[in-house]
Amino acid sequence: MAPALCANCKTSRALIIRPKNHQKLCKECFIAVFEAEIHHTIITTSLFSPGDKIAIGASGGKDSTVLASVLKTLNERHNYGLELVLLSIDEGIKGYRDDSLETVKRNAVQYDMPLKIVGYDELYGWTMDQVVEVIGKKGNCTYCGVFRRQALDRGAKMLGIKHVVTGHNADDVAETILMNLLRGDLPRLARSTSIVTGDATSDVRRSKPLKYAYEKEIVLYAHHKKLDYFTTECLYSPEAFRGSARSLIKNLERVRPSAILDVVRSGEDMAKLVPEEVTGISQCKSQKVSLSSADGEDEGAGGCGSANGRSSGGEMAAMEKKLQQDETASSREIDMSNPIASGQNHDRLIKKTGPIKPVRIESSKKLVGQTLGTCKTCGYMSSQEICKACTLLEGLNKNRPKMEIEIDVEEEESSTLRRRMEGVALAAG
Amino acid sequence: MSSENTIPILVEFTGGLEMLFGDERKHKLSIPSKDEQGNAVNIGWLVKYLCDKVMKDSRKEMFVLDGHVRPGILVLINDADWELEGEASYALLPNDNILFVSTLHGG
Ligand SMILES: [Zn+2]
Ligand SMILES: [Zn+2]
Repeated sequence: MAPALCANCKTSRALIIRPKNHQKLCKECFIAVFEAEIHHTIITTSLFSPGDKIAIGASGGKDSTVLASVLKTLNERHNYGLELVLLSIDEGIKGYRDDSLETVKRNAVQYDMPLKIVGYDELYGWTMDQVVEVIGKKGNCTYCGVFRRQALDRGAKMLGIKHVVTGHNADDVAETILMNLLRGDLPRLARSTSIVTGDATSDVRRSKPLKYAYEKEIVLYAHHKKLDYFTTECLYSPEAFRGSARSLIKNLERVRPSAILDVVRSGEDMAKLVPEEVTGISQCKSQKVSLSSADGEDEGAGGCGSANGRSSGGEMAAMEKKLQQDETASSREIDMSNPIASGQNHDRLIKKTGPIKPVRIESSKKLVGQTLGTCKTCGYMSSQEICKACTLLEGLNKNRPKMEIEIDVEEEESSTLRRRMEGVALAAG
Repeated sequence: MSSENTIPILVEFTGGLEMLFGDERKHKLSIPSKDEQGNAVNIGWLVKYLCDKVMKDSRKEMFVLDGHVRPGILVLINDADWELEGEASYALLPNDNILFVSTLHGG
């Protein structure tokens, strides 16, 4: 078989066949086209303004490494005028982040970007290893994911940065759209299609510039540009429902590669049909932005969440049931009659909020509106009175071994924040 | 055995797949040039061979599902997408570099 020539330059040998349109490209043309499409996404959505300081949520994995590399390239090529910073989260899983944080440190040198690493222990008073000691390995990716999203916000806030970009790709977005479709959760489905979450009233906006980029092309870009990235399995059990949705996406891609972007576009079209009062998305703004996804299920969880691809399907019903149980349980865990610590945090919680509502929207039969608000405990953007992270923390703190119960979450956080604010200089490597 | 009966190839695993193969990224292999039926060995044959003879992990389904390379794993033949080379039917040549990359692991 004679080697196919590149459809673009018609001189070099084609090495890549693009999933979205079957176009055959050589290495150089593929890299150029991939970058041009990200640039197009950034320009058409007015994602950035000159002078913006942007934190790149960096895990050392393929998606965030490609995002950092492409943003650096485009920032220089098109004079975006952005100040780019790498922001990494250390979940406190022994051994899990050691190598990936080393990768991020190398990336900081390779891309000449400052790096800031924030730990769950500093932010929440809990490492993931400690969480697992209390709740076991099942379902802990939920904690990990919920904590991580806020961790990026909080880390960015510490640095005085108002915009965090993440490496979520088209496969991630399609997967989330499918999950929300299968759950009948239209508000989340609508929000998950938006390229930006958070608006002018929120402290930190989040966006996904790789939203239209195939995971396959991200991996190929990293390969052909010889980018330094790290892969590991999440040590803890994956969330089976997301894993099933992922398997479905990958199976669809094999028989019909355009399916992934088709799902993304369908999701966007469906989002337009969902009324604003239901989604919390403001359509009247020049740039379409949506309510925070800080409540934790809107997006794949990066490192942990993306490691779920191996479940072979068939667990969806069981997982859905378990999700509901988990959420009922997490609301039940907050025992209002028996406050576990005497800190003002808990007193205030009891006086002002009363019984905590289940995290999940109760009815799947009718659409329930969600309004933009802030968590009454921590002040971060949330569609619930108490954000998911605080709800999970309440449950955790109640189960903390007696010796450690003294720690007041809010005190701990704010003093940690202060310490970090004082002590932190951006480490360059 | 003369070298005419075997061909040297380089097989690489990245993106997390190396964990299934003794944490080794690169495997220099010397494989038979013909299969049991006397046909030139192809990628389909190689995948089965890797599963049966090289893989250290018992979780075969993380590499092969229903007799095919698991969806989400990219196969590059001398840096070209295997879709450009006839996929599983590509007949292996001496010194071919076959790369398996998982897209399924952490972002
Ligand atoms: Zn070309
Ligand atoms: Zn909160």
